Amino acid sequence: MQLSILLLYILARHTDLDILKGDLTFSELLGVIPFADPYAVLQIIATGSIPGKSLIIGGLIILLFYALIGGRVFCSWVCPMNIVTDSASALRRKLKIDQDDKPTRISRKIRYWALGLSLILSLIFGLAAFESISPVSILHRGIIYGFGYGWLVVLAIFLIDLFVLKNGFCGNLCPLGAFYAFISKFSVVRIKHIKEKCNLCMDCRVICPEPHVLPMIGKHDALVLSGECNNCGRCIEVCKDDSMMFSLRTKSVNK
Amino acid sequence: MIVNLADTEQKKRRVFLNQLLKSIGLATVGGIAWGGLVDKMASAPLCLRPPGALSEREFLAKCVRCGLCVQACPYDTLKLGSPGDDRPLGTPYFIPRQIPCYMCEDIPCVEACPSGSLDKASVSREENGKLVWDIKQSRMGIAVLDRQSCVAFWGLQCEACYRACPLIDQAINLKYDRNVRTGKHALLLPKINPEFCTGCGLCERACITQKPSIFVLPFSVAQGEVGTNYIKGWDELDENRLKGVTEEGTFQTERSKLDPVDYLNMDDLTGE
Repeated sequence: MQLSILLLYILARHTDLDILKGDLTFSELLGVIPFADPYAVLQIIATGSIPGKSLIIGGLIILLFYALIGGRVFCSWVCPMNIVTDSASALRRKLKIDQDDKPTRISRKIRYWALGLSLILSLIFGLAAFESISPVSILHRGIIYGFGYGWLVVLAIFLIDLFVLKNGFCGNLCPLGAFYAFISKFSVVRIKHIKEKCNLCMDCRVICPEPHVLPMIGKHDALVLSGECNNCGRCIEVCKDDSMMFSLRTKSVNK
Repeated sequence: MIVNLADTEQKKRRVFLNQLLKSIGLATVGGIAWGGLVDKMASAPLCLRPPGALSEREFLAKCVRCGLCVQACPYDTLKLGSPGDDRPLGTPYFIPRQIPCYMCEDIPCVEACPSGSLDKASVSREENGKLVWDIKQSRMGIAVLDRQSCVAFWGLQCEACYRACPLIDQAINLKYDRNVRTGKHALLLPKINPEFCTGCGLCERACITQKPSIFVLPFSVAQGEVGTNYIKGWDELDENRLKGVTEEGTFQTERSKLDPVDYLNMDDLTGE
């Protein structure tokens, strides 16, 4: 999924096939429909200047889509950094790093502090603070427009996720993820757990990048309602008993 | 029992306050480091922006860093700042010595900008009640000349920048002067007119010296500022600024009561 979205951006950059043009902060679908990163737009507003019209419209489109429907799917289905951190996470499992040592833990709330901080800093310095250092943008822009030394930043995040902190960047630090977690509290698409079918293998909690959103496993039927769940669907994939599935919030848990 | 309850309440409050302070402390440290980084990026001074860019401050605040201007540029002039090139991340800039701005008449980069950081109005003029593109109004920067290294000032005929200038005889003129060294030749000296120069950088690209002796600087870097205290008495528009100013604001130096001869004999002049 990420690769195909990336491919569309790359095609637009290097050929005349302009299906999706721009980058993750702003792009045009088929040259008409604007998409903008609402968090970037918010930072621009925080600097005290008024964003362009298509930025506001594009930001609203994306905001409404994630807030009402998709939830935090940006993180797991669109963000290119997810490929990096997922590879780190997979390698981490393979090397059994978590079993050798007591895992490092820091608060998952740091990202919310970072989110608030980025808006304050945008106000003070008059430019979008997270956009100025965002590893997500560095990676995505790097792939489309050229990296500079940006790949070092990406490498650093890979190594942190691999050796230092499990899912360190996406799960603890990234304010963009925090923003999407924040707005996707009420979105419709949700993961559902059915206790009856569960055999308590806990594979889902091992693979989950945000395992604290799965407190109900083996205990009771429930929808995963935390905004921090990014609907990646890996739990569905690893579950051998079909006890996890995509569902809609509107459906009752028991059905 | 009551005392115990109060104790736990107090303890809870203590823990809460402790954690709050810890978080605030961490956030402050993080904020200072982060802010330092952002500030360093924002203050990269030698950044030439695409046509129509707002003032650097406003530009940095508004630009969403999508790169659509870069994609729109048919000459691959524009680049996006990436880590290591010391320019604000993801914002467009160009290096004239590598690829200058060829001043497209339809200005596709400005057309593509969704954020308003490239201002359409500043690069268009009104014609028959309609706004039409006018790239000549853009002020990306201004060409500056180093006379020491410009070979025309040595007496060699060059004219590379003059010929390369898309606004030849407007933005760059050739000024004739006597060559005092030989006594019998002319100097053909390039002269930049800031009224017309757009900062496209074609002169910088054309310059024949190893390091260009004519080069484009951002306006904010190259230009001085008079301030409001000087008024052009011969310029009606400028004179208008005096309207509404009352006599009270002006200051007149009192005439000295001394004789001019006394003045010449004063201690501080004769040194006695």
